[in-house]
Amino acid sequence: MDFATLLTTLTAPFQYDFMVRATLVSALIGTVCAVLSCFVILKGWSLMGDAVSHSVLPGVVLAYILNIPFAIGAFVFGLLSVVSIGFIKSRTRIKEDTVIGVVFTTLFALGIVMMSRVSSSVHLSHILFGDILGISDSDIVQTVLIGGFTLISIFILRKDLLLFCFDPTHARSIGLNTTFLYYALLTVLALTIVAALQAVGIILVVAMLVTPGATAYLLTDKFERMLLLSVVSSVLSCVFGTYISYFIDGATGGCIVVLQGIFFILAFIFAPKHGVIAKNRERQRQQLEDRSEFAVQSADD
Amino acid sequence: MNQQIQTQIPTTSARSVALEVDHVSVAYAEGKLALRNATLKLASGSICGLIGLNGSGKSTLFKTIMGFLTPLEGTVLVEKLSSREAQKQGLVAYVPQSEEVDWNFPVSVWDVVLQGRYGHMNWLRQTKARDLEIAKQSLERVGMTEFKYRQIGELSGGQRKRAFLARALAQEGKIMLLDEPFGGVDASTEATIIKLLSELRDLGHTMLISTHDLDSVGSFCDTVALIANRTVLEYGDTKTVFTPENLMRVFGGAPSHPKN
Ligand SMILES: Nc1ncnc2c1ncn2[C@@H]1O[C@H](COP(=O)(O)OP(=O)(O)OP(=O)(O)O)[C@@H](O)[C@H]1O
Ligand SMILES: [Mg+2]
Repeated sequence: MDFATLLTTLTAPFQYDFMVRATLVSALIGTVCAVLSCFVILKGWSLMGDAVSHSVLPGVVLAYILNIPFAIGAFVFGLLSVVSIGFIKSRTRIKEDTVIGVVFTTLFALGIVMMSRVSSSVHLSHILFGDILGISDSDIVQTVLIGGFTLISIFILRKDLLLFCFDPTHARSIGLNTTFLYYALLTVLALTIVAALQAVGIILVVAMLVTPGATAYLLTDKFERMLLLSVVSSVLSCVFGTYISYFIDGATGGCIVVLQGIFFILAFIFAPKHGVIAKNRERQRQQLEDRSEFAVQSADD
Repeated sequence: MNQQIQTQIPTTSARSVALEVDHVSVAYAEGKLALRNATLKLASGSICGLIGLNGSGKSTLFKTIMGFLTPLEGTVLVEKLSSREAQKQGLVAYVPQSEEVDWNFPVSVWDVVLQGRYGHMNWLRQTKARDLEIAKQSLERVGMTEFKYRQIGELSGGQRKRAFLARALAQEGKIMLLDEPFGGVDASTEATIIKLLSELRDLGHTMLISTHDLDSVGSFCDTVALIANRTVLEYGDTKTVFTPENLMRVFGGAPSHPKN
């Protein structure tokens, strides 16, 4: 196989309009999710992300039955889950993670039941696993609008949100409205999930909201750099995931998330300061130092 | 506006009240009273030392003044305002006893100090030259300039305290609530901080400071509030209140495990 045919093969996917669109949309979704993931992992809301994403299922089915845009149903149920979690937590002695577990599995199960009752569930299975290659024009518009709104909101509120994640007590004591920030963050979380459903589906969306941030967190101690690295790893995963899925004819969402997982593992091993290798080296250096100190001391004796 | 005019008039006689806690009782969720019938007044431009055993209710009093705990009865007034309103106007700087923050959080000392300026910034939190200048001075005052770009988790316990104290200084609040600022701080740093707080007092700031270091209380506190058994036993001028007899009541006299 000469170079020209190799090139043709490699660029083949981009002859198709749907591939170009899928790649661009997935890159946008990857950006939005990556930005939000930094806040989600710093706030410790990974489980919350999982909860919201699973809870949207009944909303999606309902929207399908009522023939309204699925984003509306998903958003309403996403917020509903958050509000019920907050309500139940404040009125029982049960710990938050348990409440989250109970609420989202119940809503998800409800969605499964509703789904099995709606006959033509072809469209709905796309919601579970994502179908970015088949994304419709109206869905693209919807994703761009939601993604744009989310990015702008986070940009405007980024300093307050970061302070809210870091030190809510201080945020409150300087007069910031922490209740507003709490719901603002949850709302953009729900919106992002709605936007990302297209790409990877309900089941995997939490990966998009957690993994890029976690990878970046291992790589740096500076928030701005963390944002940047998160976006880079996420967009690369989305673009190459979509691309690879064409060649292996596999699930796009799955490919994207597997790539994100690979980025995470690489960071976990090779990260300059917080990676396994760096940590090991640091420990050995420490031991050597201790030993030589000890040697000096015993020589002195 | 009114307030600024007021503070410019030299108040020679009775100084205005900066902080007023009036017959306040609070309870945590469990229901047992953590503070009962506590009363305390702080004059503007004074330092009040808050003294009491572990578990006597000092931190609870701070949280109540901040409005984090809602009183079951009684009122709290900060510069004649509710605590929430006073916070919105940026009047209160609060340094909790233990910062319950994630020390691995990707922020540097400098980021933390700048957070103290957020209340002075516009809604986009754009930093102006004045913010940078004050943040820089605050860092200098606590002797943390050399650690400016350190990630906060890479500081010692005392350095962490100083970083958060610098943030409170940067806030420029008229009222400062410091819950055990000397815990885990070495003697020379403590002396530096005391000098700094005295300077702020001379500039008209009002401070409530809880401490277990009784030796320094007499030298820098204008007034003292004694807290025992979850209430304020007595408060007033250091000379009249900080007496051996009273200290016996707080530390020696009271049973060590009060049964409410
Ligand atoms: N979050 C909480 N929930 C329930 N009870 C609490 C809580 N925090 C404190 N308490 C109780 O309230 C009482 C007063 O506690 P507080 O923290 O105000 O004491 P303190 O004077 O600050 O003590 P220390 O010198 O150890 O800091 C204690 O009996 C304590 O057990
Ligand atoms: Mg305390």
